[in-house]
Amino acid sequence: MMFHVKQLLERRPDMRYSRGHALERWKGPAAVSWDVIVIGGGHAGCEAASASARFGARTLLLTHRIETIGEMSCNPAIGGVGKGHLVREIDALDGLMGTAADRAGIQFRMLNRSKGPAVRGPRAQVDRRLYKIAMHAAIEAEAGLSVREEAVEDLLVEGGRVVGVVGAGSDIYRAAAVVLTAGTFLKGVIHRGEERIAAGRHGDAPAVGLSDRLYGLGLPMGRLKTGTPPRLDGRTIDWAALEKQAGDPIPTPFSFLSGPIAGPQVDCAITGTTAKTHDVIRARLEESAVYGGRLAGRGPRYCPSIEDKVVRFPDRDSHQIFLEPEGLDDPTVYPNGVSTSISPEGQDLFLATIPGLAQVKIVRHGYAIEYDYVDPRALSASLEVKCLPGLFLAGQINGTTGYEEAAAQGLVAGLNAAREAGGNAPAVFGRDEAYIGVLIDDLVTQGVTEPYRMFTSRAEFRLRLRADNADQRLTARGVELGCVGSVRAAAFIAKADTLERLRARAGNLTLTPSEAAVAGFRVKADGKRRTLLQLLAFPEITFERLAHLWPEVGAWSEAAREQLEIDAAYLGYLERQEADVALFRREEDLALPRGLDYGALCGLSNEAREKLQAVRPATLGQASRIEGVTPGALSLLLGHVRRLDRRAA
Amino acid sequence: MSDTVFALATAPGRAAVAVVRLSGPAAGQALSNLAGPLPPPRRAALRLLRDKDGEIIDRALALWFPGPSSYTGEDCAELHIHGGPAVVDRLMESLSRAGLRVAAPGEFTRRAFENSKLDLDQAEAVADLIEAESAAQARQAVGQLQGALGRRYEAWRDELLLILAHLEAAVDFADEGLPADVASLAGNPLRALLAELDLALADQDRGQRIREGYRIAVIGAPNAGKSTLFNSLLGRDAAIVTPIPGATRDVIEAPLVLAGYQAVIADMAGIRPAAEPVEIEGVRRAHIWAEGADLRLWVVDGSSASGEWKLARELVAPGDLCLINKSDLPAGEDARAAGRGAEELGLEVRHVSFAGGGAAAALADELGRRVAADLAGSDFPAVTRVRHAALLSQARRDLARALEVLSQPELAAEDVRRAAGALSRVTGRIGTEDVLDLVFASFCIGK
Repeated sequence: MMFHVKQLLERRPDMRYSRGHALERWKGPAAVSWDVIVIGGGHAGCEAASASARFGARTLLLTHRIETIGEMSCNPAIGGVGKGHLVREIDALDGLMGTAADRAGIQFRMLNRSKGPAVRGPRAQVDRRLYKIAMHAAIEAEAGLSVREEAVEDLLVEGGRVVGVVGAGSDIYRAAAVVLTAGTFLKGVIHRGEERIAAGRHGDAPAVGLSDRLYGLGLPMGRLKTGTPPRLDGRTIDWAALEKQAGDPIPTPFSFLSGPIAGPQVDCAITGTTAKTHDVIRARLEESAVYGGRLAGRGPRYCPSIEDKVVRFPDRDSHQIFLEPEGLDDPTVYPNGVSTSISPEGQDLFLATIPGLAQVKIVRHGYAIEYDYVDPRALSASLEVKCLPGLFLAGQINGTTGYEEAAAQGLVAGLNAAREAGGNAPAVFGRDEAYIGVLIDDLVTQGVTEPYRMFTSRAEFRLRLRADNADQRLTARGVELGCVGSVRAAAFIAKADTLERLRARAGNLTLTPSEAAVAGFRVKADGKRRTLLQLLAFPEITFERLAHLWPEVGAWSEAAREQLEIDAAYLGYLERQEADVALFRREEDLALPRGLDYGALCGLSNEAREKLQAVRPATLGQASRIEGVTPGALSLLLGHVRRLDRRAA
Repeated sequence: MSDTVFALATAPGRAAVAVVRLSGPAAGQALSNLAGPLPPPRRAALRLLRDKDGEIIDRALALWFPGPSSYTGEDCAELHIHGGPAVVDRLMESLSRAGLRVAAPGEFTRRAFENSKLDLDQAEAVADLIEAESAAQARQAVGQLQGALGRRYEAWRDELLLILAHLEAAVDFADEGLPADVASLAGNPLRALLAELDLALADQDRGQRIREGYRIAVIGAPNAGKSTLFNSLLGRDAAIVTPIPGATRDVIEAPLVLAGYQAVIADMAGIRPAAEPVEIEGVRRAHIWAEGADLRLWVVDGSSASGEWKLARELVAPGDLCLINKSDLPAGEDARAAGRGAEELGLEVRHVSFAGGGAAAALADELGRRVAADLAGSDFPAVTRVRHAALLSQARRDLARALEVLSQPELAAEDVRRAAGALSRVTGRIGTEDVLDLVFASFCIGK
């Protein structure tokens, strides 16, 4: 990948706004007009507000409680396989999550370390308090970003466009674009045993007014559920009896900008349910919101409640539980693996049957929550609501789960809201460029049937979309799009320059088969010259051995060598994938007209017509990924578009 | 695209007029062979259509569309004939004998796009699009496929899914309590699928024949009435019929068109423990042909009690037809035993007699329905075309490589995904959701 970063940086064509007018928390009258208003201060909201401000838009973040900005409401961990990729991409685009997690991380592990670099995912246990502090600091440091505590009751719609919001106190805030990151606050209902509590996140009121407004707009909506485990008092856990899980000896940070991780690191512990646990749960299945029939929304398959696990896998006599500390000075422990919605008494009983937890005190009981989401097929790839320009949606409201998925959408929605406010074209990431692209394309094309979580198996170009090269894939693009600040841009240019130089050099260092034989490398005697990279692809040829041959190689930095090793490891596979990417691009670059009347297209099956009308794909490639749209339907579409083009010409 | 194809452009069945279209370089030659000198371009001409032997098929309107000013951009012809199935079948049979091929569904349109005058720089993209069969379509095709071929594809799909589920689980749920060697569990299904593909590739020859025609074998004990049935279906005396058992020694093949599809029906030696060398060879050939056929008609002499009918049972497969013949004669033991035996084997049983008329037409109708059900709407069968064989070979190579890199599941998965892409025409596309479904159903995932 070759980017001409310097030129990009000099151009920065999209920067409409001047930077640097730092604002304190804004406390003035509401009637000021903003470029972008972001509703919600969760992971999506923070990234949206920051990306918008980085672009240079005058941005207002409205949250009903400033204190909850950057709250990790579920598990105290960030990253993982797929999710870690997203964090790296957010970081490559100068987002906040990676650096905040690096500051707050208390146990770093690179997952899939034994497997190839494409599927290695950085993950960290994160101190919830430190994370919040880091996020607050990042938001406050953002020039051009103001924050105000205000519950939003309604959207301001004029002439078919969202032009602002109405606060709880009937204050009107005007803006060129609004990003709504309402999380699970829309008609949220918590279930615990027989209890039903209307609520958003624990302890917060649900935003019923806004939910009604969205229904009133005729947006297609659905209902999902998710669950959370009880929180434990770590001082009542018998840690000595449990197996420990330590982090990596040398923590790998998320952010490309972070230096070595300096903060103190802790262990997690591993325990598991027992036959007795399962007996308790089985006897109390009726209490669970799902099995008691009180909860209909579809929950995630990858994050089943302990009730689900016991019912669906009756042969298993134990299910693993990871005991994850929520912070350095916080005794709270998150038992990962026992999400539940049975009654508090039942939770007390089953936890006591688990090794190490005989005396455990529960700080807060687990629960299931169901909530409304907007069918993301109502959105364009810029995350703007297609039938309501000026409104962007990001995060759990779009049917996703997870901090990382929310943050990734937030960044895209915030950037696009700012770009729209500034009169710039939308920024869309392709499936061949980024997990962010895969995430958003899946959402707006396929919709969701369960809370959507990122997996690497969703990315058809997985070997290209690695955590290690997120900056090489995206930072230059981010500079061009206007969401990467000068510090990161400069750091990236330095790294990219070195890599570019070494890659070029590596391409010039070659051996013939006979020269290789002299050096003791066994390669096929086919008369072909092999580059350093091609030689590295042989398992027994290492940098150390090559350094004997070419001493300059010995002086290359560890990081650069690692990058070249990765390039070499995937050389054949990546070359083969190039053709697929080219084909993908060709279809992806074929735009379909916005107002295409599918009803008037003869020969389309009803199924294809309905699906196309519902999704309104932006490109032929997107159309091809809609289930039920056949090659026949695609060729009709293409023919139709060609005719339109000719008529226009 | 050098061959010339033809297809019934109107709906099959009785109608006032039926239109048969031809497209390809030999369209003009075929048209003039049938209808005399080419009519002026794009002008209808009333012509007598004659087959190779000079016999009149029908009086028809003939149209000639020289390329590139035609629907497909190639040389095209249209014949508007009277709509009875017999006329249509005779015309199609004579076209097929002239070396033209029955068009695959959608093939005319595909050719049209490939020769597109709409926008040449996009022609390639269109071809790719049409090549890339969508999940729904391919699955539907698989759903429509019955018989051994369909079951084989289903099995491939299952194996592919299982392999991918293990590999993807190893990659995506590394930290969620799965066994450490979960990827290596993909090894066995991978080897099984490789063996399957090897079989299919070794069987290419048969696929080639399927392309030439849907193969129907007439099997049974000697003197069960196979040759009579064979002749009745063809409407002519292609096989010698004698009351002497063992009259048919070699495999006699004859083409026929059933429901607009090309078929080959074969009469062969009766299956019995043969004594003399010529008959032994005949029985051996019968075995080979019958095993490779798409459908076997197991003919049982309903008036006999010899018990020899049992010998053919090892050749049949579920879904085949058991024809209990000579139902006009008093029923013998074989009729009842064969009826029960055949049903146990999953065969459908029909009582027939070819002594009178009508039985052959009824059977031909039934066969037509079966051929249509097996082939209709499916732009495929997998091993039937050279291109498909190439796809199978590619899938085989990819899977073999996956096996080599199994210890690196992300690379193995890449190879298997590629193989799944190549096989998607026959197995139906395997989407991420399909794989994830199986992962979550098989493993207890989730911390």
